[in-house]
Amino acid sequence: MAENGIGVSVPRKEDKRFLIGKGNYTDDINVVGQTYAIFVRSPHAHATINSIDTTDAEAATGVVAVFTGDDLAADGIAPLICGVTVTSDDGEPHRAPAHPALAQGKVNYVGDHVAIVIAETLAQAKDAAEKVEVDYGILPAVTDTASAADEGQQQIHEAAPNNICFNWPLGDKETVAAAFASAHKISKLDLVNNRMVTNPMEPRAALGEYNTGTEEITLHLTTQNPHLHRLVLSAFNQLAPEHKLRIVSPDVGGGFGAKIFIYAEELVVGWACRKVNRPVKWTSDRTEAFISDAHGRDHVATAEMALDENGKFLAMRVMTRANLGAYLSTFGTMVPSYLYAFLFAGQYTTPLIYSEVKAVFTNTAPVDASRGAGRPEATFLLERLVDVAAADMGLDPVEIRRRNFIPVDAFPYQTPVVQCYDSGDYNAALDKALALADYDGFSTRAEEAKSRGMLRGIGLSSYVEACGIAPSAAVGQLGAGVGLWESAQVRFNPTGNVQVFTGTHSHGQGHETTFAQLITELLGVPIENIEVIHGDTAKTQFGMGTYGSRSLAVGGVAIAKACEKLIAKGKKIAAHALEAAEGDIEFADGNFTIAGTDKAMNIAEVAFNAYVPHSYPEGLEPGFDENAFFDPLNFSFPAGTHVCEVEIDPETGVVEIIKYSAVDDFGKLINPMIVEGQVHGGIVHGVGQALLEGCRYDSEGQLITASFMDYAMPRADKVPSFDIDYAPTDPPDNPLGVKGCGEAGAIGAPPAVINAITNALGVKHIDMPATPENVWRAAQGAA
Amino acid sequence: MPVINMRVNGNPVTGEVEARTLLVQFLRDNLRLTGTHVGCDTSQCGACVVLMDGKSVKSCTMLAMMADDCDVTTIEGLANGSELHPMQQAFMDNHGLQCGFCTPGMIMSALDIVERNGNDLDEATIRMELTGNICRCTGYHNIVKAVKAGAKAMGD
Repeated sequence: MAENGIGVSVPRKEDKRFLIGKGNYTDDINVVGQTYAIFVRSPHAHATINSIDTTDAEAATGVVAVFTGDDLAADGIAPLICGVTVTSDDGEPHRAPAHPALAQGKVNYVGDHVAIVIAETLAQAKDAAEKVEVDYGILPAVTDTASAADEGQQQIHEAAPNNICFNWPLGDKETVAAAFASAHKISKLDLVNNRMVTNPMEPRAALGEYNTGTEEITLHLTTQNPHLHRLVLSAFNQLAPEHKLRIVSPDVGGGFGAKIFIYAEELVVGWACRKVNRPVKWTSDRTEAFISDAHGRDHVATAEMALDENGKFLAMRVMTRANLGAYLSTFGTMVPSYLYAFLFAGQYTTPLIYSEVKAVFTNTAPVDASRGAGRPEATFLLERLVDVAAADMGLDPVEIRRRNFIPVDAFPYQTPVVQCYDSGDYNAALDKALALADYDGFSTRAEEAKSRGMLRGIGLSSYVEACGIAPSAAVGQLGAGVGLWESAQVRFNPTGNVQVFTGTHSHGQGHETTFAQLITELLGVPIENIEVIHGDTAKTQFGMGTYGSRSLAVGGVAIAKACEKLIAKGKKIAAHALEAAEGDIEFADGNFTIAGTDKAMNIAEVAFNAYVPHSYPEGLEPGFDENAFFDPLNFSFPAGTHVCEVEIDPETGVVEIIKYSAVDDFGKLINPMIVEGQVHGGIVHGVGQALLEGCRYDSEGQLITASFMDYAMPRADKVPSFDIDYAPTDPPDNPLGVKGCGEAGAIGAPPAVINAITNALGVKHIDMPATPENVWRAAQGAA
Repeated sequence: MPVINMRVNGNPVTGEVEARTLLVQFLRDNLRLTGTHVGCDTSQCGACVVLMDGKSVKSCTMLAMMADDCDVTTIEGLANGSELHPMQQAFMDNHGLQCGFCTPGMIMSALDIVERNGNDLDEATIRMELTGNICRCTGYHNIVKAVKAGAKAMGD
């Protein structure tokens, strides 16, 4: 193992600049002549726009320009798009109403974009924005997920009758019905997956500059995927030709999915900077983030499991209503479909599964991926249903899981819901997690708590997720508009140091360290001589960005493939220099060696020879710089068991997490310290969903949780420290043997926490967030 | 417009500001000290914490004029040349940061916590004291470890 190579908890190379205040986030960037933009947003959830009068705003002090949807349309700027097609049960593609970046005659949610005001100072822009007069014709609003498609509901889009985006069935309804008809027992659960606001700590921002000489737009954006932004803004929104559009995403302060999407503000700022021929900067404040960032989750579902007399799962049936918000966000359709129902097998051998997802429009902010994206919804539903089934069968939750686990010798395992799992040892993770949690000692602890008048509960969740998104052929077949490979370039400089250009993007994940560790392991270059570069379409050749726990599993492999090319070329150069046959050259630890001798040449010397090719293999290209693309054969399937132990005060309903243990299979770990940090953060995201976070609209479509005072983020005093371990398996489809770790905690935690609470209270179910009020009410009901 | 004077990270600074200018705007926009961040607009997240005359304040919640004639310390003022402050070093050693956005506020709050509670901090104290700082990345586990280690190192 190389020093600082694979498996070492190397301190992060990127930390220093953040620690001394030298991070470079989009809002930290200021350019000469910069103007400031404010968006005029709809205060109504659903209204026609009868007229917009910008006269007073345009005349206000310091105002540079005011633009509306008509101005955008007149310049041929096309509406925002949704990139994944889902086929509805009528054989037609999902309904996709137009999503103009600035409203065209109608607004459909509070925060919908009506106009942009650009001024010399931010204060002037804010003042002028209040002078834009909009005459609205207020319409009734639809906000409730469960009833949005009911008869007689207010219609939101003409293109989507009954507010339905798609009805998407999966599986054989009749076969599943027959299995239910002959089952020993049917367990059933109605549940809600609570709507969340993703809330990365850095609000979104955009800074656009237009160069009249090169006719190039440079957009600094808070994005997780700069090249994807460039592709969509160019090919679909007609902002500028792709080669005349540069997207820079510098340091980005967290994403968690919310910064994947191509947002209205980004398109409008990009267009406006050319229009006014001045740099234009927009930075969201937190309330704007609450009302205009894409939200997550928001499902209402009924789940049923058919069991035989031994507690084996015979069939599963799920009916889901998923809220997509007012318009389709970039990947909005994909989340409650492919990223959701394809995970219904979980860790189990359930042979038959039928699912129907009815996706609906409402007068709320668009809903899209948020850490986990579909997989937390699937896992919460399944792992809660399994606990209900255990209770119905009189089995321990551990026992019913063991009876239904996919056995270790059954991999690769084809589930009935499309996915073919790569590798897994679910009992190994479960065993380790139970030991870590001292599951066997729980009853003693529960008795002790009872003597103090407290209720103890323990719950587990055994999840599996599909990561390493994704094989292009598979997602293409499903209706994705893009490929999901990744690219890398590994460039030696003549002096022997290395620049690695990756198409993934780091916004907290530590790629600058993890990828450098890969290089030091594969090429033997000291880690301090390696620089990882990302987040600029003018530097990196291409890339699809970071989401779906894909950066290492896809992007890391692309880096490794570029390294293989360098080694192959280096052997030719070394063979020539060492006067040996190419086939006799071996490469290890940074040195090309003639096999069986001590004659060797360091890779830095080889790089120098490649750039100063005075004595060089005939016909070989100079230079030591290779790029590679990698398109995976399959998703990766991280899995694990999380165990949560809670104590509840029945007098107040306050839930305290006493102990949380997680054992995950992420395959091989490159930097265990970073992986553990990802797990911690993911778990707290999941604990937030389970205990604290609930995004609420009132019946008129006003967001009543639009600040950190109204929307409860997890804080340090609400969560414990964690016990983390691993039960790795080796995924055969991934050349590096890695699976991805960024979303696991957010997927595993919600059912573990809620299963612990229902166990403590002795109730069948409690909806999230399990606030003290909800828990207290449930405790009263149970008493 | 009013003129204000203060010492920021030991350096005397002067500036002309609108009366409504917030301290964080003065630091970020006038002085270009962009290490202090704005993560919310309701004094909840703590990304903007700086020290004023040695005490932690949320610089988004006070006017720049209120810091007139004060000593202000921001994240940029902690390291001694290339040597990190012990609290900064502890955050690195314990992986107490991911995206880095909340980090300056966390560290400035941590210094205030040490000032008021000493160098030997238990987990419960640290967690209670950090409730005014929100982090979405780390789940706090490693921030708590970092503050504990940093506090100890500051006493050594």
